[in-house]
Amino acid sequence: MTQSHHSEDRGERVVLSADEIGRALTRIAHEILERNHGAAELVLLGIPSRGVPLAARLADRIRLAEERSQAPDGEPPVRVPVGELDITLYRDDLRHHPTRSLTPTVLPPGGIDGRVVVLVDDVLFSGRTVRAALDALTDLGRPRAVQLVALVDRGHRQLPVRADYVGKNLPTAVTERVQVRLEEIDGVDAVAIGGTR
Amino acid sequence: MRHLLDAGDLSRDEAVGLLDVAEAMARTQSRQIKKLPALRGLTVVNLFFEDSTRTRISFEAAAKRLSADVINFSAKGSSVSKGESLKDTAQTLRAIGADAVVVRHSASGAPHRLAHAGWIDTPVVNAGDGTHQHPTQALLDAFTLRRHLADGTGDLQGRHVVLVGDVLHSRVARSNVQLLHTLGARVTLVAPPTLLPVGVEDWTCDVSFDLDTAVDGGAPAGAPDAVMMLRVQRERMTSGYFPSEREYARRYGLDRARVDRLPEHAIVMHPGPMNRGLEISAEAADSPRSTVVEQVANGVSVRMAVLYTLLAGQDPAQAAADITRTETR
Repeated sequence: MTQSHHSEDRGERVVLSADEIGRALTRIAHEILERNHGAAELVLLGIPSRGVPLAARLADRIRLAEERSQAPDGEPPVRVPVGELDITLYRDDLRHHPTRSLTPTVLPPGGIDGRVVVLVDDVLFSGRTVRAALDALTDLGRPRAVQLVALVDRGHRQLPVRADYVGKNLPTAVTERVQVRLEEIDGVDAVAIGGTR
Repeated sequence: MRHLLDAGDLSRDEAVGLLDVAEAMARTQSRQIKKLPALRGLTVVNLFFEDSTRTRISFEAAAKRLSADVINFSAKGSSVSKGESLKDTAQTLRAIGADAVVVRHSASGAPHRLAHAGWIDTPVVNAGDGTHQHPTQALLDAFTLRRHLADGTGDLQGRHVVLVGDVLHSRVARSNVQLLHTLGARVTLVAPPTLLPVGVEDWTCDVSFDLDTAVDGGAPAGAPDAVMMLRVQRERMTSGYFPSEREYARRYGLDRARVDRLPEHAIVMHPGPMNRGLEISAEAADSPRSTVVEQVANGVSVRMAVLYTLLAGQDPAQAAADITRTETR
């Protein structure tokens, strides 16, 4: 890491650069294909806000990987269906915060019944978001299997949840803040650890 | 936002925010499983001192879709004088452990009294008080207008809505004029002079006595984007406000001929219940431009949004105390 441990302006250090995020997503795309023997049954669901662009990027990378590995005369691969899963109404901490705004839940046209749903989130921390996402999925249909992508796993789980695909395992103190910034939302790709709050 | 008592209390951002949440709620209502867990464990009391079918059922459906428990408290027939009975009832609700009170009362200002008298400390939602306010109706009307005229986003800037009929007794009209103005729409009231309240000239709208001019887009405000018919509230009429029902229907009723003269995109609204043949003809009520049934469906989404906004978060004071705690994702 080139950045100083004590950069004065934000009190934070960058732990994943744009290139490293890109390489992690490419690796995860291949891992998803390997684990599921192709992309045929997959549905990617991003958890807002930053899981959504991550899911879209993974879908692009999965198609790219499939194009490279296909037979020259085969059908060109189709993009894996991508959706968004808003979990706000399923959170267990609604009453511990001011009222949260809602984002749309968008399912691909084929729905999720019988598919392998890959949930995509930026940071895996307590595991409560994933718990809420599993509840939300139950109300939307019955996937054949559910898998989880986290760009960063920072530990400190409060529920028995683990990610199937992790961009980077990041040991943190509970009081530290992990900031994921993505081009689509923040104008820049970077993961940084901020100081204690 | 602690209570929803008055459509005039809402800022533009608050109103647009509620409509956006209502859009999100509406999208969840096309699912097979419509129930959401957001208000699990909370109790919503529907306190109705006045008859209502659609508003009570709508609030009940909204609360249940969000997993709240609902207690329907019908106070009809109570012989205790109003001030006392409201206080007694409030204390009963407090003892029951209500987390929110939805109140309809024939006395204007009753929900405000309930919210601010210190009898209870829960959010209060005004479901219609006397001839004063009906804010959730105004929100659902704005929601319906926004879906038809503004692709379901933002405000209603520059849109023109004509409200026709019994403005005098209509809490729907009062709330709608305020909310539509807040959202940037122009409003024209059309009514016989006897059915306009004192002081209407101070409202944020134009007033006309002639429906045909308004339908044809004449002065003052131009072609309408929507026509909202108001129910003639005969149960509140203590004297003669118009010579005969036939004359009222001819001058202020929306019939097929008037609907056909509206701009092509304009919608026909009515808050219900309708007096078919009086303020609206059956043909107009059942025409493809009529949004009457859609308004009822939208009412559930809007009331879900109101209950969610008032109840799902914590009190602002509690929130401030909580911010010091470690945030969990």
